[in-house]
Amino acid sequence: MRNYAYYPGCSLKAGSKHYEESILPVFKELGTPLEEMEDWNCCGATAYFSVDNDMAAAICGRNLSIAEKTERDILAPCLGCYLTMKKNNHFLQSGEEKAKKILKDLKETGCEYKGTIKVFHPLEFLTNEYGLDKVKEKVQRPLTNLKVACYYGCQLVRPYTDFDDPDYPVTLDNLMEAIGAKAVDYSSKTRCCGGSLAGTMEDVGVGLNYVLLKEANKKGADAIVTICPLCQLNVEMTQGKIVKKYKDVEKIPVLYFSQLMGLALGISKDDLGFSRSFIPLDNLWEKLETGGKK
Amino acid sequence: MEIQKKVTFEEELDHQFMDEVRESSFSEEISRCIQCGTCSSSCPMAEYMDYSPRKIIAMIKAGFKDDVLKSFTPWLCSSCYTCQVRCPSNIKITDIMYTLKRKSVDANVYPAKLPPPALAKEMHNIIAKNGRNSELWVVLYMYLRLKDPIGPLKMTSTGLNLLKTGRMSLKKEKIKNTKQLHALLKAVSEESE
Repeated sequence: MRNYAYYPGCSLKAGSKHYEESILPVFKELGTPLEEMEDWNCCGATAYFSVDNDMAAAICGRNLSIAEKTERDILAPCLGCYLTMKKNNHFLQSGEEKAKKILKDLKETGCEYKGTIKVFHPLEFLTNEYGLDKVKEKVQRPLTNLKVACYYGCQLVRPYTDFDDPDYPVTLDNLMEAIGAKAVDYSSKTRCCGGSLAGTMEDVGVGLNYVLLKEANKKGADAIVTICPLCQLNVEMTQGKIVKKYKDVEKIPVLYFSQLMGLALGISKDDLGFSRSFIPLDNLWEKLETGGKK
Repeated sequence: MEIQKKVTFEEELDHQFMDEVRESSFSEEISRCIQCGTCSSSCPMAEYMDYSPRKIIAMIKAGFKDDVLKSFTPWLCSSCYTCQVRCPSNIKITDIMYTLKRKSVDANVYPAKLPPPALAKEMHNIIAKNGRNSELWVVLYMYLRLKDPIGPLKMTSTGLNLLKTGRMSLKKEKIKNTKQLHALLKAVSEESE
């Protein structure tokens, strides 16, 4: 098995603490504990690409170099971090004149990067490396009765489509089925939540996330399952305004896949960050029957 | 009432614009756009844009530099890459939108009252300084830049929810080796000039 440097990114340390709070115990339970990368810097997200492309590549190069020094690939649970670093990694290895210059700058400032590192998302690791059969073996408490809408967002499968289908991916659905839940046929699974626009432009956030919520309601999902901090926040925070504006939808919880995995692996629900949900989880516990107990 | 010219005349077009965009987007294929509209019909943000992605590509090809760089469209691209993976001519549309954002920042013609460019600039600044982003501070700086006191009020309910669930942090995050980061960014900016 490969060695991984866990790259939390800024979100998992702030607004999306419950992603980290659930992914760390889950990976420990799976026997592959995550170790945080030393002195990582922010990936730059969409902001750096919008202002300065060379700097965007340089700051990601610093992270790649840190990982390379410890001979570990990067594991990034946030899709913003995942794609930004994957894209810049691609660029730094492209042989373009500009990329060569940046590699030289990296070397001169003590961040030499030879180009040996790959960037992975936990879902990719679980599917292709760890294996869903092994996950299934570890399940203590299958989430029978729970219907989930698997929401992938965009950055995992686009523009690099080497991991799953860009329009209709299935890996998260497979993972949810492996832990005993029922994945509904969620046709909005890769439709955009608005990214950072959802927070700064209210109409956009409400409009886009209404479509996501309505489709999940229509398919009878008890919860929407996410793999990205920004998706989780957007789909969750816009629901208050959505139900005020549109009368044909109901609020449902938006959870991280790692929180549900944790439950299935037998970890106490008190140790998986469920208290950080904006939306009450009573229906969820009722549905899970055993979920309320430790 | 003042009457304004709405038409761009031939002599105001910039015929080098397409090549400029092509180079900085690493997207050779832009000239091969067949105007099929797959991008616009795939775009979740098209309904909010002043020009749809298909129109923007046509305008780049025709040399409407000024109109394109002042447009809201690039800044309303949420970077979901749907257009890019669906384009039958393999045009890197999302990357082109990023190029347009950068060009409008460089030329200082970006829509200054729109939140996305303000957010990008503030996030860029805070990361260049501290090496990490601090969500709350970036949002506050963005509203200061926009001189918009109403904006934060609109976010009150989300703010309260974040506070209640312990998901809001006032701390300014910082990496240990900021010196190295600053040296790196300095080296990069010097060479790109």
